[in-house]
Amino acid sequence: MNTLLKTWASVLALTLAATGAQAEGKLSIYHWFEYIPQELLDKFAAEYDVEVTMDTFDSNEAMLASLKAGKMGTYDVAVPGDYMVEIMAGEGMLDRFEPSELSNFGNIAPQWLDVGFDPGRHSSIPYQWGSTSFSVNRDVYKGDINTSDILFNPPAELQGKINMLDSQGEVLALASMHLGIPQCTSDRDQLKALNALLQSQKPNWASFSSDGAKDVLVSGDAAAGMIWNGFSAKAREEGANIEYAFPKEGFVVWMDNVVLLKDAPNRANALLFMNFLLEPENAAAVTNYAQYTSGVTGVLVFLEESVANAPELSPPDGQKGEFIMACPQEVQAVYDKIWTDLKK
Amino acid sequence: MAGLLKKTNSPNNAVYGGLGGWLMLPAWAVIGIFLVLPVLMMLVYSFLTKEFRGGVIWEFSMAAYDQFFFDRGLFGDDPPVIEWTYITIFWRSIWQAALATFFCLIIGFPTAWFIATRAGKNRSVWLFLITIPYWVNLLIRTISMKFLIRDTGPLNEWLIASGLISEPIHMINTNFAVQLGLFYSYLPFMVLPIYASVERYNFALSEAAADLYASRWTTLRRIILPTVRPGIIAGCILVFVPSLGAFLAPDLLGGAKNFMIGSLIEEQFKGNAGNWPFGAAASMILLSMVLIVLTFYARAQGKEGAR
Repeated sequence: MNTLLKTWASVLALTLAATGAQAEGKLSIYHWFEYIPQELLDKFAAEYDVEVTMDTFDSNEAMLASLKAGKMGTYDVAVPGDYMVEIMAGEGMLDRFEPSELSNFGNIAPQWLDVGFDPGRHSSIPYQWGSTSFSVNRDVYKGDINTSDILFNPPAELQGKINMLDSQGEVLALASMHLGIPQCTSDRDQLKALNALLQSQKPNWASFSSDGAKDVLVSGDAAAGMIWNGFSAKAREEGANIEYAFPKEGFVVWMDNVVLLKDAPNRANALLFMNFLLEPENAAAVTNYAQYTSGVTGVLVFLEESVANAPELSPPDGQKGEFIMACPQEVQAVYDKIWTDLKK
Repeated sequence: MAGLLKKTNSPNNAVYGGLGGWLMLPAWAVIGIFLVLPVLMMLVYSFLTKEFRGGVIWEFSMAAYDQFFFDRGLFGDDPPVIEWTYITIFWRSIWQAALATFFCLIIGFPTAWFIATRAGKNRSVWLFLITIPYWVNLLIRTISMKFLIRDTGPLNEWLIASGLISEPIHMINTNFAVQLGLFYSYLPFMVLPIYASVERYNFALSEAAADLYASRWTTLRRIILPTVRPGIIAGCILVFVPSLGAFLAPDLLGGAKNFMIGSLIEEQFKGNAGNWPFGAAASMILLSMVLIVLTFYARAQGKEGAR
């Protein structure tokens, strides 16, 4: 009995010692799916002798829910979109740092330095930015695609063959732009019109899927689909004859940001990682992989030519996108009702 | 030998005597921590006030249940009428789960019968074959099903190549696809319990029935079905209950166009709604429904025992 006890005690001690030794060199990332190349994580791990683990999510809201449900304190960094940075800051979920703590802070592109969702960049650094609209299979439909009619009043060729992102914020934002009403409007007639539009268009939509948005276009399950620009570029590279649209009614722009989470177990490594991502070569590696646009200066020389010149990344002159707004509670309640009615 | 077996099986034997109830402790701990506690938590949450963007405020509220049963219009200030949205979603789930159970039974019973009537060695091979798909994760199997039945998938291509059809049959993102997914996912849960029952069936009873001039149909109805009934009921519950809460099949094969109970609840926690009390309330209502089904089962079993 005594021997057994001793054995267990030493096993326990060894385990504790082992985890204790490793804990200094750890980094835990909470990231979008398919958004960072494994080689880049390996490079960071090798350069700083840090053991990197990563979990993924498929929507800003899913990430928020998981963090709120008790995951705070387990991750060091997360990668929320613009409006979600603001929400998380409001919820007190973000830690702050000083620009002097990141030696590459000066690499942040000037237009992304002082942003509304994180004035002065004290909790976040730019990761990638891009747009959300839709892509159309050019074998199926050859007409003009730079109009949101494609989604909300589709031509006969596309009816019943459209995939929508399974993302309330982006669907309702594009629908609002289509109707020419402001996002998060509290005007009752406008909200009713928004509801009516979605109800009337549902039969034209084949499916709702975010993580499958690329695959349905590549496989041909959908002839048109709401999608993020870089994801569309990837679909095109995988052989789909699709074209990404910049609708004249407007489209969504977004920026994903690496944020320093409150109670990060490895704050120092988190800052090392953020600094690492501000290195133009590394930021370019993300862009080459995800095919969005980096928020770091000096990446151009490291970009692959096909990525640098991708049509998905350059909206026509004069076309501007809008950031998604975080709606106030009363409007969000109506939005939720519209969304549930749509999917009931 | 028989005496020895009896002795070791008795609760009063010397080795474990005195420990008695303590041996149940791990089981109770697992049930308590991983089942009772989370369910109680959900019950409490369902009566709390929702916090904007997920989370709860610790104030008693019936708002979640109110939202489930009463419709106050798009802006929440119309006079309340009965809310059909969630009833529709629940009804759709129940209907799909019932259909899946029905199809599993129709296919599963003959399959189980076939396996149970093979020679001993072949039986294990057949059982082994039934379980093989379960070595693969449900998500992967559901996605494979999606690949199989899509408009340009192998099934349609084969049908077109064989000349049976000229246009692909549209199956993906339909209720049919959801049904197919549920049926396929849970079929073994029907086969295995029925097999266990049929295996114990004493075939001399069938012979006796035949000797007494019972037709095959009468034998099935009066002898076989009553004997294997516990297996059938267990199989039906094992298919019906998980089908009711399924969200992979509706999401991936149904195109997430129509909520089923599982996806509705998921949306409350993972989606924009961030309405945890409502998600908890919907779970509680689902749980009550499952409990009602199980109560019926327990009663049926009880009657069986009394007979």
